[in-house]
Amino acid sequence: MTVIEMRDLRKDFAVRVRVGRFRRRKRTVPAVDGIDLTVDRGEMVGYIGPNGAGKSTTLKMLTGILTPSAGAVTVCGLTPVPQRTRLARRIGVVFGQRSQLWWDLPLHESFTLLRHIYRVPPADHAARLARCRSLLDLDPFLDTPVRQLSLGQRMRGEITAALLHGPEVLFLDEPTIGLDVVSKQAVRGFLAELGATGDVTLMLTTHDLADIERLCRRLVVIDHGHVVHDGTIEDLHARYGSRRRLVADLDAPLPASFALAGATLAATEADGHRVSFTLESATAAEAVAALMTAAPVRDLSLVEPDIEDVVARLYTAR
Amino acid sequence: MGDQARAYAHLIGGQFRSMVSYRLSFLVEMISHSLTVVLDISTVLVLFGAGRRVGGFTLEEALLVAGLSSVGFALADLLVGNVDHLKTYVRSGLMDVILVRPLGSLWQLLCMDLPFRKVLRVVLAGVVLAIAVRLNDLDWTPARVVLLVVTPLAGLVFFGAIFVLSASLAFWWVDSGEIGSAFTYGGRDFTTYPVPVYAAWFRAVFAYALGFGFVAYQPALTLLGRTDPLGLPAWAGYLSPLVALVAAAVAALAWRAGIRHYRSTGS
Repeated sequence: MTVIEMRDLRKDFAVRVRVGRFRRRKRTVPAVDGIDLTVDRGEMVGYIGPNGAGKSTTLKMLTGILTPSAGAVTVCGLTPVPQRTRLARRIGVVFGQRSQLWWDLPLHESFTLLRHIYRVPPADHAARLARCRSLLDLDPFLDTPVRQLSLGQRMRGEITAALLHGPEVLFLDEPTIGLDVVSKQAVRGFLAELGATGDVTLMLTTHDLADIERLCRRLVVIDHGHVVHDGTIEDLHARYGSRRRLVADLDAPLPASFALAGATLAATEADGHRVSFTLESATAAEAVAALMTAAPVRDLSLVEPDIEDVVARLYTAR
Repeated sequence: MGDQARAYAHLIGGQFRSMVSYRLSFLVEMISHSLTVVLDISTVLVLFGAGRRVGGFTLEEALLVAGLSSVGFALADLLVGNVDHLKTYVRSGLMDVILVRPLGSLWQLLCMDLPFRKVLRVVLAGVVLAIAVRLNDLDWTPARVVLLVVTPLAGLVFFGAIFVLSASLAFWWVDSGEIGSAFTYGGRDFTTYPVPVYAAWFRAVFAYALGFGFVAYQPALTLLGRTDPLGLPAWAGYLSPLVALVAAAVAALAWRAGIRHYRSTGS
């Protein structure tokens, strides 16, 4: 079942450029430049791209904050801007950089206020809150004013706040930005569990690709307002030729004639005492076996391709 | 509808609890805000002085105009005045947060930033109005009683509309703050005095074209049973609710257009 649908979605911004002392010229800059995307119920989609690629703009069009310049968008079968308040009940939004909690009130009061705003039946509210309290470990700071919470605590509060009305879709705009390692783990763990139920569709933007690796089967990369990749992380590796590497420390350098079938020598360091091979068709086992017979191997390691590198290449490719 | 009203009431409650969490600054600000009423009224006292007439009005009569204007403005400033923080809301992202909630944007903003510290000012303005009413020895009829109650409420709606209109400018023009103040605070100052004290062109624009003359001056004339030295008929005193509703309708349109503009620029 389709939950989110974008058809040739566009958003232009007018930028005024100063020309001369008083004159200004209006120039339109496309922030989102024709995106086609369909997300099914229960999917977890990572939406990434460099700064200014149009990630937040897309999210704002999906949540009813911004009106598209052209194209069509539906979320839960609704058109976001004209049907804003109906849609608001069915989606949850977490902005990493802004808060929807009441700054000066104890955290639990924000949750109560949201119950009234969304008119959630008390029993449903209590059940959802109880679940978040245990999974996100909210109890130690439930009575603390939000302004005194650490960023990690606040973000756990924000995620809870976005879920209390039982949304079908959860949009997260950089939910792990600025968090320490432990808080990131807590947030990711919770979202993974949420996604595993299959009831909630999740779409998140991030600059931390570990979020994607941990959470999202599907990765959408946008750049300059276009989708440049839509598929799994493995697809991305396959498409951009990222390979595993075998790194070996040797007691003596390899014979010059040595060649490893299905792999290429990528680097030789420390006077030939450290070599690394890029594995193409060879399996790790084959490569290790061949290497062991050819040279005195002291240590071996297998390096997985780094998604950061792939994405960095993707961003700079254009 | 009742459910929605309850949601807004809870928002107001949350705002109240937020404010009183800073007890001392709440008290200090409440007192300093009330002083503005004292200042407004003392300028009237100085200008009109005992026994002196300005523009054909005695001190007591002028005080009635000032009192009506003051209650209307204080109410509007309390309930709607903080809408002029719109720029801050846009910058802090509160505007986005509000747009993803299932309630109206303007009402949400007003409820979430209701300045309770301005309450004392409404009370003080009410005291001034009560004193002015006593001093004037009015000839009470049922219509005048209704008029005395309705005028401050119409003033609330009218000034509220002016606040919303001037704030809406910020959707197009981020640096519009001071232009808006000319109409909000300037409008309050204008309505504090009887209209005949102003130059003809000035009152043509402010009193009649923009409607500020109907906030306090015309109803005061009717309450006093005086004929308008500027020639408007007696029933003009009852026009204030109508003028207020027209202003509110214009303000509602401006706000909607502003929100639409915000959503198409995302600034």
